[in-house]
Amino acid sequence: MEFAELIKTPRVDGVVLHRPFLPTVEGTLCLTGHHLILSSRQDNTEELWLLHSNIDAIEKRFIGSLGTIIVKCKDLRIIQLDIPGMEECLNIASSIEALSTLDSVSLMYPFFYRPMFEVIEDGWHLFSPEEAFKDLESMTDEWRLSEVNKDFTVCPSYPSLVTVPKDIDDDTLCKAAAFRHGGRFPVLSYYHKKNGMVMMRAGQPLTGTNGRRCKEDEKLINATLRAGKRGYIIDTRTIAVAQQAKARGGGFEQEANYPQWRRIHKAIERSNILQESLIKLVEACNDQSNSMDRWLSKLEASNWQSHVKEILTTACLAAQCIDRSGASVLVHGTEGTDSTLQVTSLAQIILEPACRTIRGFQALVEREWLQAGHPFQQRCAQSAYSNGKPRSEAPVFLLFLDCVWQILRQFPCSFQFNEHFLITLFEHAYASQFGTFLGNSAAESRVKLKLSRKTVSLWSWVNRPQELERFVNPLYEPNSLVIWPSVAPQSLLLWEGVFLRWNRSTKFLDEAYEEMVHIIEYNKELQNKVNSLRRQLAQLETEDSPLQTP
Amino acid sequence: IEAIRNTVEQVKLLDRFSNKSTTGTLHLTATHLIFVESNILHHHIASVEKLSLTTSGCPLLIQCRNFRVVHFVVPRERDCHDVYSSLLRLLRPVSYDELYAFSYNPKQNEQQRDEGWQLIDLGAEFERMGVPCDQWQLTDVNRDYKVCETYPRDLYVPITASKPIIVGSSKFRSKGRFPVLTYFYQERKAAVCRCSQPLSGFSARCLEDEHMLQAISKANHNNRYVYVMDTRPKLNALANRAAGKGYENEDNYSNIRFQFVGIENIHVMRSSLQKLLEVVGTRSLSVMDYLVGLENSGWLRHIKAIVDAAIFLTKAVTVEGASVLVHCSDGWDRTAQVCSLGALLMDPYYRTIKGFMVLIEKDWISFGHKFADRCDQLDGDPKEVSPIFTQFLECVWQLTEQFPQAFQFSEWFLIQIHEHIHSCQFGNFLGNSQRQREELQLKERTYSLWDHLLSEQQLYLNPVYSPSFAETHPVLEPSTQPWNFKFWRNMYHQFDRSMHPRQSILKNTVMLKENSKELESTVRELQAVIYLCKTYLLLSWSYILSLYTLPVHSVHPGKAQEDTPVGSGEERTVEGSSATENGYGEIKGSFGSKSEPAIVSLEFGVARMTC
Repeated sequence: MEFAELIKTPRVDGVVLHRPFLPTVEGTLCLTGHHLILSSRQDNTEELWLLHSNIDAIEKRFIGSLGTIIVKCKDLRIIQLDIPGMEECLNIASSIEALSTLDSVSLMYPFFYRPMFEVIEDGWHLFSPEEAFKDLESMTDEWRLSEVNKDFTVCPSYPSLVTVPKDIDDDTLCKAAAFRHGGRFPVLSYYHKKNGMVMMRAGQPLTGTNGRRCKEDEKLINATLRAGKRGYIIDTRTIAVAQQAKARGGGFEQEANYPQWRRIHKAIERSNILQESLIKLVEACNDQSNSMDRWLSKLEASNWQSHVKEILTTACLAAQCIDRSGASVLVHGTEGTDSTLQVTSLAQIILEPACRTIRGFQALVEREWLQAGHPFQQRCAQSAYSNGKPRSEAPVFLLFLDCVWQILRQFPCSFQFNEHFLITLFEHAYASQFGTFLGNSAAESRVKLKLSRKTVSLWSWVNRPQELERFVNPLYEPNSLVIWPSVAPQSLLLWEGVFLRWNRSTKFLDEAYEEMVHIIEYNKELQNKVNSLRRQLAQLETEDSPLQTP
Repeated sequence: IEAIRNTVEQVKLLDRFSNKSTTGTLHLTATHLIFVESNILHHHIASVEKLSLTTSGCPLLIQCRNFRVVHFVVPRERDCHDVYSSLLRLLRPVSYDELYAFSYNPKQNEQQRDEGWQLIDLGAEFERMGVPCDQWQLTDVNRDYKVCETYPRDLYVPITASKPIIVGSSKFRSKGRFPVLTYFYQERKAAVCRCSQPLSGFSARCLEDEHMLQAISKANHNNRYVYVMDTRPKLNALANRAAGKGYENEDNYSNIRFQFVGIENIHVMRSSLQKLLEVVGTRSLSVMDYLVGLENSGWLRHIKAIVDAAIFLTKAVTVEGASVLVHCSDGWDRTAQVCSLGALLMDPYYRTIKGFMVLIEKDWISFGHKFADRCDQLDGDPKEVSPIFTQFLECVWQLTEQFPQAFQFSEWFLIQIHEHIHSCQFGNFLGNSQRQREELQLKERTYSLWDHLLSEQQLYLNPVYSPSFAETHPVLEPSTQPWNFKFWRNMYHQFDRSMHPRQSILKNTVMLKENSKELESTVRELQAVIYLCKTYLLLSWSYILSLYTLPVHSVHPGKAQEDTPVGSGEERTVEGSSATENGYGEIKGSFGSKSEPAIVSLEFGVARMTC
């Protein structure tokens, strides 16, 4: 298929662009296969380059022959285009609609994008399971890297290499996989160096209504316990939801069959509820006519902050089991690809200082989200402005980022990256020129789509020194401790950087931030100067002077 | 005092939100309750409650006016009862003489004390605004508090307002609070005036009062219209009419534009705060209950209403160049809030530490905000208590959040001032009016808070304050979108450590800035020493050293000492276990180790060198 077929009117002159907090621009609107471009053809005015895949929804309005298209983006921005001429406007609108909802992944921009920069360090090869395993090997020899999934047949959503207990053979894994939702048998998610406790993740056990059991599954997870130790199974669903799952062949671990494990149920909501929550929250944030009371009641009705609190609380619980109670943990929900990953990845942020560095965070996203099979393409197909019935869209990753931001706010000196980095990840998860978030699993992205050969990795771009600079938190001081965030509602804030980003001017806040950066940099400069002067003085002192001794 | 039970051992302090507890000895002194490292001033205690006996002892719940809630468990009931009844006796002073300010002695001599009181000079403040001028003059009509006993002695009125007009107008206004100048916007020659409600009832008029407003109108050549802002909801103003009070009838006053603003009264505000505190004091609070509670309390709605009113005032003055007359019922609560907040938006001076003190001294203290009643300083009518001034401080905080570079002070300054409106440790906020303060001879018998705060102003500086912000943004134009109004956690949970970020950007930035200052002088000194070394290379090294009491270790060969970056050591308060209680309290302390390579004054060294 040619893009040209979809573009009915490639360009229109005299289009006026309205953007929040920016002056209006008049210029020529051009549609290409992947972009909507508005250029004023003047040197000093900014042009608009919008990826079609960033467009969440559009609305058309007409007043006389002047048409208006309201473009609602996945990054939550809303822009308005005034297009003279009804026909042009209709053509543009239908073209945008067609181009922004292309079904075929291989037509997506990342397959066409050629980087304007030299790839120094290829992000596709930065974080492999082998690398992660090397680190693990240096701490313990109780685990092995299994190739049981090398053809992605045992578990289509797992990577080809997974870390499992040393004493468990591949046969046992296959049998356990048959007993877990989506074949997601328990695998290692995190090893806590301090006390050797581990966090595992899996899909729900397929106990069904008649309480099926699987000896191999029991053997597998018991193999992760030290002698005489107990562990915790954190089921991210409420007991009621977990019970209901039995009717559909799912279920939860029966105490009788897992006597060394205690099960705890939490209440992280399923994806369609999260999507609804996002839609309501964004609606509330975009309504400029809210009174104080209406704003608070809409914020409450959206339930977004409740989800943040629930996810953070569950992650803290997992971290607490591991660090404070010295117990190993198995986390699962239903599929084990959503709430499970939120919990395991956040727990690592809390426990593991390395995850709070820029590289470490990339590795975490790579390990716990991309390779762990979070279905990004399905979840991020639409954002807050989708008006159709959600299929499988859900802001699962955005909620994770929000939780990270909450911890970052509470420990502003313990993260190497800043808020901007998190916002960038949010944007790229929904629409990007890079291939990193394409596809739904390692099997799909690595093998079927050949992403690593055909597209550029987001990390290749992010890790360039020029870009990296923007993501560095100037306050960062490595902090080797476990960081326990407060989950009191008074401590949780609305992530304004995302949700109010286009609704307020941040000029004064940005300037204040600049000033803070300046203070920090000036201090560093002075430290260096003092140190070099001290060295100079020491030098002078040792220099032999001919007349040193009177 | 001898009947006071003063020491109880093995008392347990329970944390409000977690299951943590501390055990220690509880002491009662004449002024403080002391437990482990925390002191509670008796004046801060709003209520003491004995809860029913538990297995571990007798619980005692103390609620403080600075939003601290302390939950003790005393092992023996008898001891608990003793403490309880002692506290009851101590915390309800009936006369001013019992207040802490009259026994507090910061070891200053009389001259220092007087200087402290002279720091703020309201006459000079009006001069700074450009008053007296050709249109506004100082009147001595209230020299002896004869016309209005809740106003200060010195008042500024339009030059065309004669004494009979003033006196006539004052008789037509509640409590005699006639229209007077509180802020003069020099650029447009527009005035902000304040007064109380007119005694208009359903139809009463007063020609002098009408003349008074006319005089205000005439004093402004730019704009003849005078906005009259009645800061009450219209319904309240109407109800007042039945009591022979009310609001201005536009038909009787020429050139006025009358406007209701809709800020609720002291009773609504009191119960609003109470509701808010109940909600946020709940253990294991859910997000839903929190947000519903926040909404139902109405607190942020009230805060927004005050800011909205101040913005209205500011626009009328700065954009239209019109004079504005602000009143409510008595003109000492809502009027004070709106006038002071408006002035803060219009005039960058009030956003400095000193200017903010002046503003409070002018609009709140001198114009008779009833601090004694509102803050419950003496055992008085509980219906008079209301967090009006707290709201003002919160409004300022909300503005600092929107304009982080506009204010010289940080929120710790606001919180510290709030601490002292209740502490009764300094004389400034005692009593209800200037006249009463004079009678109490506060300037002779107590100390000024402003002197104290200025002496430790380092603690309250906003590290990102930019003086040039005032030049580019003399008038602040805040956004009033509801999301800009946030719950002030650092105020209402200031004693609940577990609620706060475990690392503070503010504290860190302040520390770095302080550290940079020290480093700057270290650099200068090192450069000078190096220069001298090079110049006097002929002299022996040890001789040079002997001229400067340079710590030898810092210049010892091969031991060039690297300064470690600030924050790598002290800031490890991460697990919430040792977060400092007040944040600002430890800035200095945690710095000690860094300031070590102090090098003795070089000027001195140079002097010796040359002679």
